[in-house]
Amino acid sequence: MAGVASGEAACNSARQTGGVTDALAAELSAAMAPDRVRSGPLELTLYRRDASLLEGQPGVVCFPSTTDEVQAAVTIARRHGRAVVPRGSGTGLAGGAVPVGVDGAEPVVIVTTKMDRVLEIDADARVAWVQPGVLNLDLSRQVAHLGLHFAPDPSSQQSCSVGGNVANNSGGPHCLAYGVTSAHVLALEVVLPDGSLALLGDLDPEPPGYDLRGAFVGSEGTMGIAVRIAVRLSPDPPAVRTVLVDFASIETAASTVTGIIAAGLVPAALEMMDARITSAVEDYVHAGFPRDAAAVLLVELDGLPAGVEAATQIVADVAAANGARGVRVAADEAERALLWKGRKSAFGAIARIAPDYYLHDTVVPRTRLVEVLSEVYEIAARHRLLVVNVFHAGDGNLHPLLVFDRREPGVMARVLAAGTDMIAACVAVGGVLSGEHGIGLEKRDHMGLIFSDDDLDAQRRLRLAFDPEQACNPHKVLPSGSGCGDLQSVPAGAWI
Amino acid sequence: MTGRPQTAARTDRPLEDFAAEIGTSDPVVVVGGRTQWGVGGEPDPTAREVHAPRGVVAHEPAEMIVRVRAGTTVAELDAVLAEGGQTIALDPAHPERATVGGVLAVGQSGPRRLGWGPVRDTLLEARFVSAEGRLIRAGGPVVKNVTGFDLCRLLVGSLGTIGLLAEIVLRVRPRPPVAVWLRGAADDPDRLRQALFRPSSILWDGIDCWVLLEGHPADVEAEIKAIGPGFDPVAEPPPLPSGGRWSMSPSAVRNVVATLEPGTFVAEVGVGIVHESTAPPSRRVQPATAALHQRIKANFDPTGRLNPGRMVT
Ligand SMILES: Cc1cc2nc3c(=O)[nH]c(=O)nc-3n(C[C@H](O)[C@H](O)[C@H](O)COP(=O)(O)OP(=O)(O)OC[C@H]3O[C@@H](n4cnc5c(N)ncnc54)[C@H](O)[C@@H]3O)c2cc1C
Repeated sequence: MAGVASGEAACNSARQTGGVTDALAAELSAAMAPDRVRSGPLELTLYRRDASLLEGQPGVVCFPSTTDEVQAAVTIARRHGRAVVPRGSGTGLAGGAVPVGVDGAEPVVIVTTKMDRVLEIDADARVAWVQPGVLNLDLSRQVAHLGLHFAPDPSSQQSCSVGGNVANNSGGPHCLAYGVTSAHVLALEVVLPDGSLALLGDLDPEPPGYDLRGAFVGSEGTMGIAVRIAVRLSPDPPAVRTVLVDFASIETAASTVTGIIAAGLVPAALEMMDARITSAVEDYVHAGFPRDAAAVLLVELDGLPAGVEAATQIVADVAAANGARGVRVAADEAERALLWKGRKSAFGAIARIAPDYYLHDTVVPRTRLVEVLSEVYEIAARHRLLVVNVFHAGDGNLHPLLVFDRREPGVMARVLAAGTDMIAACVAVGGVLSGEHGIGLEKRDHMGLIFSDDDLDAQRRLRLAFDPEQACNPHKVLPSGSGCGDLQSVPAGAWI
Repeated sequence: MTGRPQTAARTDRPLEDFAAEIGTSDPVVVVGGRTQWGVGGEPDPTAREVHAPRGVVAHEPAEMIVRVRAGTTVAELDAVLAEGGQTIALDPAHPERATVGGVLAVGQSGPRRLGWGPVRDTLLEARFVSAEGRLIRAGGPVVKNVTGFDLCRLLVGSLGTIGLLAEIVLRVRPRPPVAVWLRGAADDPDRLRQALFRPSSILWDGIDCWVLLEGHPADVEAEIKAIGPGFDPVAEPPPLPSGGRWSMSPSAVRNVVATLEPGTFVAEVGVGIVHESTAPPSRRVQPATAALHQRIKANFDPTGRLNPGRMVT
């Protein structure tokens, strides 16, 4: 991520003349109910950003409600030489849904929020077909009476869409044992960037051909728009234990994580919160989180009762061996829900510390957690910033949050510099750029840190098979370079 | 506890040598253990044969990952994993000959897919040689990763038509403390699936069911009770009929096998694979999907030199 783009660029974001955009909006309005096409300046402002700090500029925003309307929107946009930008709920943190066009033409943003129906549930096969705008938590709620749920559970699950989950291959605390979104998607119906409709994957275990389903999941809106998604539903576990472990140091918490994995356990979830976030959360939910702990671990064990009891004991033993101050096992469902509420409202609780935050998402080998965490604190101190850590420790997925007040002069530059240093520290121990939030615009220019030009070229070949004209969510994920002309490294029109 | 790999490298040759061997021009076909040679059709007999490098590079039990060369046999890999108390459910029919790269390139999961998930989900990182003879890396050596497009998924099941696997990193799991196969008569295998929580496998031949339970001893005992009387431990699952591997939605299995003679097939209940002696009819792929396949192949292997003759659809 960088500041305002410099230089005269091939793709500078000169505003379209009203007439051209009007003709486009009129055609889109004819293809779907006119009130589902928006091009007024004020309305467009709402769609300039997602939950990241980046901003772009849409040309027109539309809200199709059927597959036909999505196909029409894509076709019309392309006829007018516009790129299309798929968008779900806009909770993405890497700028994936931030609208950036090509050749100075602002893109058409296609929002899926009006496609919010669960279409079909097959409880026997444990599969549901859903529209992309269904909210993650709504899906689990709608199948709860069958003893089933949708396993990926991002902290944003009350507001993020299943389509967004698919595009970002999102994770959540319970993905440690059960896998990220990709493991829970069987098939996708996708409107390709040329407006045609393709089925990727199928409901049977071995559909013929390449795993196009797998290739599409995680493509961040650059390979088409998912309009129908077949998700795998998971059976609710018969037994669950949720354990809160309290530590006097970050190091002992981190070595407990390593110890739990090394003991041969795969907990359903294994989350860490440091001192600052633990007190902020406690102020917020009053769940009895220890305010004086240097760190806490929230560990969930699930499965059959005997295995769960045995695993809970192992967790307690490993924690004790690492010097934990206390182990609290949730006594009932209400206590369990309260502990999770604390974890999942961590980002909301940040507001009690400072008005703005910048959340990073990287993954490191789990055995390197201790050293990387101490480096994260050092980096923040070096840049005179406050950092809090609340993250998916079990799979080594760090989420350092830099908290700040953007009104403070010069603070943004320090935030960005600290972020870049943290990424470098993670890469240095064999880590990767993102575990669940994606690359989007945010980390696009860091891709060269872990991939060679040849590696990136291979990824580009896949993208070009789906989107030969690079018209679907252009400028995202892959740095510009071979195959993309001479675009500058940060597209104009996207800034923070 | 350290992050050091438990195993020292036992490999035969550098990946670069494999890339050089593949070179940049003539047609090549990669040979694994020849245990699934017919899948995708016979390769062009004039293509030059190459073999992927062998050896387990590093097993890191505390990370639950293993780095292994594609030409390593599944049996050799599993022996190394066992030393660290871990395993992976690749489960090919002939583990002493089947290579890890071959299993991934074919992409078929074994009979424990119900409990362990599909093979495709185990691949974390792949180093493969492209049609231009370059070593390419996809993914990374961590258990959670969305850095860039998911070429790993694309490679699994691609029959070596996109790139040739050289080295891979796989996600492994703890070896279950107890594993027991049970057999009993059953006319409703779905009942077992509903009664059990995440069984590792349920196989059904229209007469009998075989159930694999793995996990904590007390849980396995409780699950045996849940199954009810009439099921007894057996040494192994039934042999799987070869010749036909049908794939269908798990809820379609009952209707489809109703037309088959009981005892002549084995169905993977809850998964949707039916093993029997006749091959399934070839399936039609939608035009837009077929065009995508062609563009992918053309973009990765414009001259068609990788495993010519093999067809994925
Ligand atoms: C407070 C907070 C907590 C979060 N916690 C987590 C977490 O625990 N785990 C996690 O993984 N993420 C988390 N996120 C990030 C975010 O919620 C996820 O990435 C989510 O999946 C995005 O869904 P969305 O509907 O908001 O997508 P958007 O932000 O609208 O879009 C995200 C990307 O998906 C594309 N897209 C959207 N819909 C489609 C479609 N139908 N077809 C094709 N492409 C599409 C867009 O182009 C864009 O590239 C969090 C975000 C916030 C704000």
